[in-house]
Amino acid sequence: MDRYKAQVFSQVEAREAPRLEQGLIAALRTHLFGSRFSAITTLILFAVFLQTLPDFIAWALIHPVWTPDAALCKQAMGEGACWGVITEKYRVIIFGYYPYAEHWRPLLATILLLGLLVASCTRALWSKWLVLLWPLVMIAVFVILRGGWLGLSVVETDRWGGLPLTVLLATLSIVAAFPLSVIVALGRRSNMPAISAVCTVYIELIRGVPLISVLFMASFLFPLLMPTGTKIDVLLRVFIGITLFAAAYMAEVIRGGLQAIPKGQVEAAQSLGMSYWQTQRKIVLPQALAMVVPGIMNNFIGIFKDTSLVTIVSLYELTGALGLALNSDADWRPFKLEAYLFITFIYFVGCYAMSRYSLWIEAQLSRSKAR
Amino acid sequence: MNPKVHGQVVRSARAADEMLAARPAPPPISSWSIRSEAFRSKLFQLILILLLIAIGAYLFYNTTENMRLRGIQSGYGFLTQPAGFDIGETMFPYDSGNPYWKAILVGLSNTIRVALLGILFATLIGTAVGIGRFSRNALLRGLCQVYVEFFRNVPVLLQLLMWYLLLTEMLPAPNEPWVFGAGFYLSKGGFNFPLPQWAIGHASALFGFVAGLIAVGYWRRRQFQRFEQTGEAPSLWLVSSALLFVGIFAGWMFGGAPTEMRYPEMGAFAIDGGGALTPEFLAVLIGLTLYTAGFIAEVVRAGIQSVPRGQGEAAQSLGLSPSQQMRLVLLPQALRVIIPPLTSQYLNLTKNSSLAVAIGYPDVVSILNTSINQTGRAVECISIIMIVYLTTSLSTSAFMNWYNARAAIQER
Repeated sequence: MDRYKAQVFSQVEAREAPRLEQGLIAALRTHLFGSRFSAITTLILFAVFLQTLPDFIAWALIHPVWTPDAALCKQAMGEGACWGVITEKYRVIIFGYYPYAEHWRPLLATILLLGLLVASCTRALWSKWLVLLWPLVMIAVFVILRGGWLGLSVVETDRWGGLPLTVLLATLSIVAAFPLSVIVALGRRSNMPAISAVCTVYIELIRGVPLISVLFMASFLFPLLMPTGTKIDVLLRVFIGITLFAAAYMAEVIRGGLQAIPKGQVEAAQSLGMSYWQTQRKIVLPQALAMVVPGIMNNFIGIFKDTSLVTIVSLYELTGALGLALNSDADWRPFKLEAYLFITFIYFVGCYAMSRYSLWIEAQLSRSKAR
Repeated sequence: MNPKVHGQVVRSARAADEMLAARPAPPPISSWSIRSEAFRSKLFQLILILLLIAIGAYLFYNTTENMRLRGIQSGYGFLTQPAGFDIGETMFPYDSGNPYWKAILVGLSNTIRVALLGILFATLIGTAVGIGRFSRNALLRGLCQVYVEFFRNVPVLLQLLMWYLLLTEMLPAPNEPWVFGAGFYLSKGGFNFPLPQWAIGHASALFGFVAGLIAVGYWRRRQFQRFEQTGEAPSLWLVSSALLFVGIFAGWMFGGAPTEMRYPEMGAFAIDGGGALTPEFLAVLIGLTLYTAGFIAEVVRAGIQSVPRGQGEAAQSLGLSPSQQMRLVLLPQALRVIIPPLTSQYLNLTKNSSLAVAIGYPDVVSILNTSINQTGRAVECISIIMIVYLTTSLSTSAFMNWYNARAAIQER
């Protein structure tokens, strides 16, 4: 009889109701206390946050000195931040060496440039007029900064500095490096051995050395390379250096996109009777560039960050202007950290906006592929 | 149905043949005509080469002319002259009477030191953060994302300057340093720590370590063979580390068990003795490590994401634990995607170490910058910088290509 015992009906305990899977409590349980390890991690991180965050918030937001008063700042040192250093020095940090009375000019130039950039990034405004607007705004920015026209006093380029210089250098280098990199990437994949060899050597040579050495070349060697007597503006030299450097990196990104285009696309274009340039312009590049948008955007962000290096060859962009504002001022020097945090914030906003924008473009492009 | 030729209907096949024959042959393109693609290609290349030669000659002429006019001497002869400047930190004896080539060598050793350590730490932190972004714990996941976004979006030069500021201004003075345990001091003067006094026992301990490594290799092979035959999987870590420890300990005992340490001593103004890391070195190391780790974390994350989900699920259904899934199934496949961009991150770190010039760490660029200012030989010094970095870059990418070829999928 024993073997049949199991078949005799017997009451089974009711199963527990499944745990709540929705709502705040459930979310906390799965995301913070999902397993023993997870729970321990949560507790440790909470402890660390409790240790550090209140102190930091107190330092940065509750006890800081907002007024530009060095004596007050000295008193509060260690307990509160001295944001007064920014209220006191922000004009030098943002505009550098530029003559103090003329600060409205770099301000106007920066607003124009940023406005142009924002307009170029807005889909609703994409039109032929925008292409026309670019040289116009560039010329306007240049005239406003340089002066010597419309009754504006002349300000030489070596006195330009701060945020306008950062934005201007980054914009110009991006605009110049992008077409160059497309040409070089196409050249590297060319069937003509001489052209592909020249492009390969250029790319590998530049990618093998740090940007500093390229900037050193721009500042020490360019004057030697030019005919005797010609003087090239230091800003122009540095701009050429950054452009050549950035183009080599971007060319490799674009080459990745070119390589991903199936051969059939080119063959189909050829069989339609398209010339080489028609094929590249109408068939290959639109697909290849769309594929590498994240990489190109990363390069743009890289250029924006790399402009900070020009301070090493004594152009006072944002990072350099900060040193200019504080290094020689004994009263405010101790509060350099606050000033650093300020320009860190500016750089971060710029880079973060660019990376968000890149995500938006990717979303636009993936929409075209979705069915 | 009548055949068609050139779109016209013709009566018969014969008529069609006649019409076909009547079509004129296209005129042959002469191989010297601009309409021949082969000729055009040769022409363009010739033009490019001539253009490059012309530009090169023009620049060379300008340079020699300028140098002659300004009285700049050229040549690498200055390398054997005394450098005449001191270097803050050196890995081997150097003084200002030594020649330039030795100063450059000191700079090179400093660059390599900071780059190797930076690569090591950046890989560890970057991998941890990259894996952390897949954590089931939301807090950890968020923290890792904040780390990546913050450190990647701020220029590395600014980060280096900030670390240098923190290390030289915010820390206590050397006469009242922070003390961590016996003999570890952190102050504005840098980080000081005890070092063992060199003795023969350390060399024999090293031999013991090598012997231990050989034993571990042998033991692992035996265990893998056993696993193939019986399916029993032993824990490799425990015995391996025990073997290594025994090897080192035996070597150390054999060499007379030296225990003497050199402890740093607090003087009136500075801490002397023992091992020391300068604030410049620490700033460059910490700054480069944290910056590059942010990028490596993204590389690792992309690599892990590239492994199809089914792989993880299959591993799970085989009963592997989460850490086993990661170690045995996901990471080996992800490595193939990770290695090429990881290589370029390593190279970036090495190249970014040249930013040390901004905070006065004597790396090779900073030494050569000083040399340019002293001797005026910009061409020579910049060419040395380029040769140094090109050699590093090209040899690293050669090594990584070799490793990549090994890690690539073995397809049939």
